Amino acid sequence: MSLELRNLRKSYREPGGGTLPVLHIDAFDLPQGEQMALVGHSGGGKTTLLNVISGITSADSGQVIVDGVEISGLVEPARDRFRAERIGIVFQTFHLLPAFTALENVLLGMAFAGRPDGAFARQLLDRVGLGQRMHHRPAQLSVGEQQRVAVARALANRPRLMLADEPTASVDLANQQMILDLLRQACQEHQVSLLLVTHSSEVSSQFERVEQLSQFNRPGDRS
Amino acid sequence: MNLLTIAFKSLQQRWLSSFLTGLSVSLGVALMVAVLVLNSVVTKVFEQSGTGYDLVVGPKGSDTQLVLSTIYHIDKPIENLPWRFYRELSEHRLVERAVPVNLGDTTEIGNFPIVGTTPQYFLIDPVPDQKFRVKGDGLRGTWDAVIGSQVARKNHWDVGATFKMVHSGQDDHVHNELFTVRGVLAPTGTPNDRTVFVHIDGFFQLDEHEKPVEEAVEREAKFFGESEDQIRERYKNDIAEMQRHAGHDHSGHHHHHGPPSDLQKEVTSILLVMKGKEGFQRGLAASTLQADLKEGFQAQGVSVVQVMTRLMTNLVGNVRDAFLLLTVLIIAVSGIGIFVSIYNSMSERRREIAIMRALGARRQTVLSIVLLESTLLCTLGGLAGMLMGHLLVFCAAPVIEDRSGLLIDPYTFIGMELVVIPGLVLMAMLIGLLPGMSAYRTDVAEALQN
Repeated sequence: MSLELRNLRKSYREPGGGTLPVLHIDAFDLPQGEQMALVGHSGGGKTTLLNVISGITSADSGQVIVDGVEISGLVEPARDRFRAERIGIVFQTFHLLPAFTALENVLLGMAFAGRPDGAFARQLLDRVGLGQRMHHRPAQLSVGEQQRVAVARALANRPRLMLADEPTASVDLANQQMILDLLRQACQEHQVSLLLVTHSSEVSSQFERVEQLSQFNRPGDRS
Repeated sequence: MNLLTIAFKSLQQRWLSSFLTGLSVSLGVALMVAVLVLNSVVTKVFEQSGTGYDLVVGPKGSDTQLVLSTIYHIDKPIENLPWRFYRELSEHRLVERAVPVNLGDTTEIGNFPIVGTTPQYFLIDPVPDQKFRVKGDGLRGTWDAVIGSQVARKNHWDVGATFKMVHSGQDDHVHNELFTVRGVLAPTGTPNDRTVFVHIDGFFQLDEHEKPVEEAVEREAKFFGESEDQIRERYKNDIAEMQRHAGHDHSGHHHHHGPPSDLQKEVTSILLVMKGKEGFQRGLAASTLQADLKEGFQAQGVSVVQVMTRLMTNLVGNVRDAFLLLTVLIIAVSGIGIFVSIYNSMSERRREIAIMRALGARRQTVLSIVLLESTLLCTLGGLAGMLMGHLLVFCAAPVIEDRSGLLIDPYTFIGMELVVIPGLVLMAMLIGLLPGMSAYRTDVAEALQN
């Protein structure tokens, strides 16, 4: 199993002193190599769920098991290391570092995992069609090209799980399908499980497994 | 890709702000290095210059003035001493060597100070373990001169050149007599380099360099505490000879009269080397003579080292300390500049930090990156500053040499500079700590959302 969630709870403290429950998931599984689309309305807790799965945010309780490792039980530095080595993340707004070239952005992800591999980084950029533009900075790349760099960066450490948060939402129509295809094919090639969050039915309709977050997340349920 | 590259890239992204803050560090360090180097050179020169002599003897008055005028030629001489006093000192049981020094005149060209002295002047080392090296024959005859290296260079004089002297007095007239350069000194890094030495016999034979008889009698009586009759009795032959010469008709011709009598001769100061081994024995002999002079005569014996140490501590030292304080303040202000620059950039960089953290960078890693940034700024700025400081010394050396005679080795490197870079690294750590902690505490989820 690539991802298992058990009895997961996450709430936020409100300015007034109360708590706002965001996640309450009894059980959720994503088998290794599977690709699924997670659909939910805005403010439904999709991004929080991805942050909890990646270990960026801690859950209040419950278990997050990625590739057989219960990351919810790890201390923060170990979680950071695990995230660097086994989880790839593609953000809606790409989140490339502007001072670094496309190649350096990919290498940056490798650096934090302690696995610098220039040849593989170049190979990935070639794979996403940026072999000729790897020494360009993000500002010199088109929006679609920037998201392709982000996909290459997410694959840099040969992750076991790929989390994609609305990866096509900031891309023009012409590039949306291309990015989606690229992401799905790359994950398939590298046997990476893909959990893609979207609110677009056009995107979700292309996945065999589509889940509504509200179907298994009941934050108001106190049981 | 390592942390250093990441830090460097981050600085590169804010290149203008990075450049300006780095520049402010460089300027502070450059000034500090220049002050330290120049101070060490000045201290060395001042400490070296008197070491060959144990005492400088001159008329009573300011000991600082005596040393500055005799050794450095940068103050007016106090007064003069009777020649008889020099003779007596040179035969004193504690004195190994006494060298007379006469000051006051300058060269007609270049306005270099003239020192009337004996060839023995060049037997005393100008700098410890460094003897005078003279090209040419040196001082032999009455109208011979030896010139310092800077005089030779600036006036384009060499062995065989002739020159006239300007009498420093009320009228500043030019003496008619011609001196011939018979020797050129190799550079010594001391005021000797910008001095012209003439044979004391020639110096005495210049017009107006002999004291009128009555004045000389009165001065010598007063100096030795004797009656004027006793003085006249002592020099009766010389006085008779002078009276005979006064009756001689000078109309229609001008000639040198030969050396004046001892009564009319005088010296500005006397350099003494004491008997005994260098160090304690000579020091003791110098102290004994100093004490004797205080009681018996209207003269003083001054230890050059003591006076210069006092001057260095009270004046030069204070000026140096003020400069150092100023440069430390400049560096501190640069440090604050770096702090402000990095701290201000933190708000706009919070997203970048969050991206790095999302990619797996640990809190300590982003803290290290910020600390590395401030270290890079301080170290690169510091290294550039050291280079600029030495460049400043390199460019200033010939100007300082021209104006002061201080020979500055432009490649001088002083030990204290080794502390500059570690000091800057320490400062960088302190500067980077607060912004670094801000990076450390960044809420990744929130920063990514924003």
